[in-house]
Amino acid sequence: MLRFLAKRLVFAIPTLFAVSIIAFIIIQLPPGDYLTTLLADWASQGGAVEEGTVAAMRERYGLDQPVYIQYYKWIAGILMHGDFGISFELGKPVTELIWGRLGFSLLLSLLTLCFVWAVAIPIGILSAVRQYSISDYSATFLAFFFLAVPDFLMALSAMYLMSAWFGQSVGGLFSAEYVDASWSFGRLVDFAGHVWLPVIVIGLGSLAALVRIMRANLLDELSKPYVTTARAKGMSEFELLIRYPVRLALNPLISTLGWILPAVISGEIIVSVVMSLPTTGPLLLRALLAQDMYLAGSLILLISVLTIIGTLISDILLALTDPRIRLQ
Amino acid sequence: MTPEKSMTIENETILKVDDLRTYFPTRTGLFKAVDGVSFDLKRGKTLCVVGESGSGKSVTARSILQIVDKPGRIEGGSILLTRADGSTTDLAKLDARGKEIRGVRGKEIAMIFQEPMSSLSPVHRIGAQIGEGLRIHFGISKKDQRERVLELLRQVEIPRPETAIDRYTFEFSGGMRQRVMIAMALACNPQVLIADEPTTALDVTTQAEILDLIRRLQKSHGMAVLFITHDMGVVAEIADEVLVMYRGKVMERGPVEQIFHAPQDDYTRGLIGSVVKLERKAEVRLTRPDIPADTPPLLDVKNLSMTFPSGLKAVDDVSLIVRPGETLGIVGESGSGKTTMGRCLLRIYEPESGTIDFRRADGSTVDVRTAGSSALKDIRREMRMIFQDPVGSLSPRKTVAQIIAEPLKLAGMKGRTLDDRVAELMQQVGLEPAWRERYPHAFSGGQRQRIGIARAIAVNPRLIIADEATSALDVSLRSQMLDLMMKLQDEMGLSYVFISHDMSVIRYMCDRVAVMYRGKIVEAGDTDQVVNHPAHDYTRALLSAIPNPDPRDRRIHNRFRYDAAAAARPVPANG
Repeated sequence: MLRFLAKRLVFAIPTLFAVSIIAFIIIQLPPGDYLTTLLADWASQGGAVEEGTVAAMRERYGLDQPVYIQYYKWIAGILMHGDFGISFELGKPVTELIWGRLGFSLLLSLLTLCFVWAVAIPIGILSAVRQYSISDYSATFLAFFFLAVPDFLMALSAMYLMSAWFGQSVGGLFSAEYVDASWSFGRLVDFAGHVWLPVIVIGLGSLAALVRIMRANLLDELSKPYVTTARAKGMSEFELLIRYPVRLALNPLISTLGWILPAVISGEIIVSVVMSLPTTGPLLLRALLAQDMYLAGSLILLISVLTIIGTLISDILLALTDPRIRLQ
Repeated sequence: MTPEKSMTIENETILKVDDLRTYFPTRTGLFKAVDGVSFDLKRGKTLCVVGESGSGKSVTARSILQIVDKPGRIEGGSILLTRADGSTTDLAKLDARGKEIRGVRGKEIAMIFQEPMSSLSPVHRIGAQIGEGLRIHFGISKKDQRERVLELLRQVEIPRPETAIDRYTFEFSGGMRQRVMIAMALACNPQVLIADEPTTALDVTTQAEILDLIRRLQKSHGMAVLFITHDMGVVAEIADEVLVMYRGKVMERGPVEQIFHAPQDDYTRGLIGSVVKLERKAEVRLTRPDIPADTPPLLDVKNLSMTFPSGLKAVDDVSLIVRPGETLGIVGESGSGKTTMGRCLLRIYEPESGTIDFRRADGSTVDVRTAGSSALKDIRREMRMIFQDPVGSLSPRKTVAQIIAEPLKLAGMKGRTLDDRVAELMQQVGLEPAWRERYPHAFSGGQRQRIGIARAIAVNPRLIIADEATSALDVSLRSQMLDLMMKLQDEMGLSYVFISHDMSVIRYMCDRVAVMYRGKIVEAGDTDQVVNHPAHDYTRALLSAIPNPDPRDRRIHNRFRYDAAAAARPVPANG
């Protein structure tokens, strides 16, 4: 088991390296750089900029150097000093901008994941056991309905409903008085009061996939001979269902964790913008629009790290739950 | 239970099934899987239910416990269970999901199944699966449960029960898995044991051990056994009474002696006949002149070895020859390397050393092992393969004509000539050319295997490697298929390498036989010689483990056991 873990960790290093290069290249792909964006901005506001100023700024940010030197500086800074560079637009170190938001992103993702699993698994079981019944069809219909509705629309509708009918403050993860306050019991309650809406909005989108996976897995398992064996022992139908087929049907679901985690994080971007959540999503969007390359690159890198961690966690969980993977 | 007590209730009927009817509603109407079946199960006695696949024998067994798969349901009849205290229950009347029938399942009537791998959960420890019945029916403590499971593992003779109890099914061999199943069934000391083809997936030697075990446990527990099988040899070895089923109906029922030696019903007679037929050499082969020993061999294999990346040496220094028009049988248990060897001959696997000299039609010989890709392509036109699984080896999305035409198209044939050739081939293997547009699923298992044969002979090959070609077929179809293969051999001058675990099939059609054990050929020679006067102990053990389809001469009980380790030692270390 330890060897397995070590092996997985070693394999993660080249993956991360490759991701960092690709992230950097993608950011450089659009024509121009941060300064061209900046100049265009100034020009649209009627300001004229001297050539000398631009050249000086370009030199200051290191944008006059070849791409690979820029990449080397960036990656060396991260590896040597944990320095992710400076955000051009906001003029602050990237680390400072990211950490607070990353925490909320992660928390939101985890809560969403729990919500999705807690809802999807029972619904999946129900629609497999009662295949082609009314409950199967309605569960499937609802799941696909939520899959089809764009998440920004869902976010807007949910916010409208909550504020128009229940008069609750929507948007953000805190009420105004708690945004900058330090953690306290009151802040926690306030957080809980706010967080459930984005969790549901983000979660409903990925619900359908999991319900269908669970349903298909379980339908496969239900017709396996070991189910008949267990039935022949005199086990009650419910205990049988939970103890055998469901237990085995969960294994493929666990392996989906690897892609559910990044999907939740990237799906969160638009919802976060609409609901103005203090997560990494809106920050990434802004950084990409402004070609703020160090900020954008670092965010993409961190999301990739999360994906790799997600896959690793799912591998470990799978090894724990399935002896065939652990022992063979 | 004391011996005296079991003597007095020797003939007591435990289970009385009367006019049982189990139907499956389908789109096209009602399928009567079990149609008016009646029988009695007596304490300490074994009733064998025999029939071909689809005869309803398995559904009959499952109906007793009401575990018939959806949408099947018991339509009528009664299943009367009599307990030791004299109380009776009609199981057919109980609710399939109710508490009452659950109290019977596993506790009073236990069941073991055909495929011990898929019939056990792969993610639960075997100890937990065996002990589960105890928890459900008696609610005993974890500690007592473990004690009892260890005792059961000892009863079914699983080595090192203390460590085995915490292992998973995939860590056991097929025979050991079936022992786990039996231990599970015995957990609550049931009065009735239903065994649904428990040895079909096992090798003959393992089968003999499991049959022995079931018999011994039946004696010590005084159980009634309902044993379902399609193998008449097994029936002759273990049955007290026999029930012959065909298409959901009972064709004949009686003591095993009567069924084998004085069958009343035509179907039973046919069934016994096809079994007995396979007990001898085929008639068409008795009169055929011998192939001269000095004929230059078609295939000359020398010192062939093949090691899998895992380090397993599957084929170990194998040498054999096949003469033109000859059938060479390769016999051995699963894991003996016979299939791997067959695949090496066609270079489906890459053997690491040795030579495979194949004599081409023009008389030149070529070494298949080192042949280049274009030479290999030509060789594969002359050397073809028939597979075991007639379902898996035919594409479900192609019509029969397309499947058979495939090798012909590769050989460049097209248009009218292609169509004519396909029709001719279909006739040759006994398929109606009018069926050419049908898909494989519309054919029965035997017909599908005929499609596979037609495909194999399409390009007029000279050597066919048949890997367990008849193992998936019912016994009556098996001899038909072998007869067809011999007819084609005589018509086309074919040679066969016939790989099988079934000695009777080998004896029926092979001229010479090679016995494989752990990658090596331990004995080779004329079939009569090897079968009647085996020289190697392993061959003797293999032969003596084959159930004899004659209840008057039950022999697997006194079979010869081969112990490779002991054979290698000059003096056995312990008895």
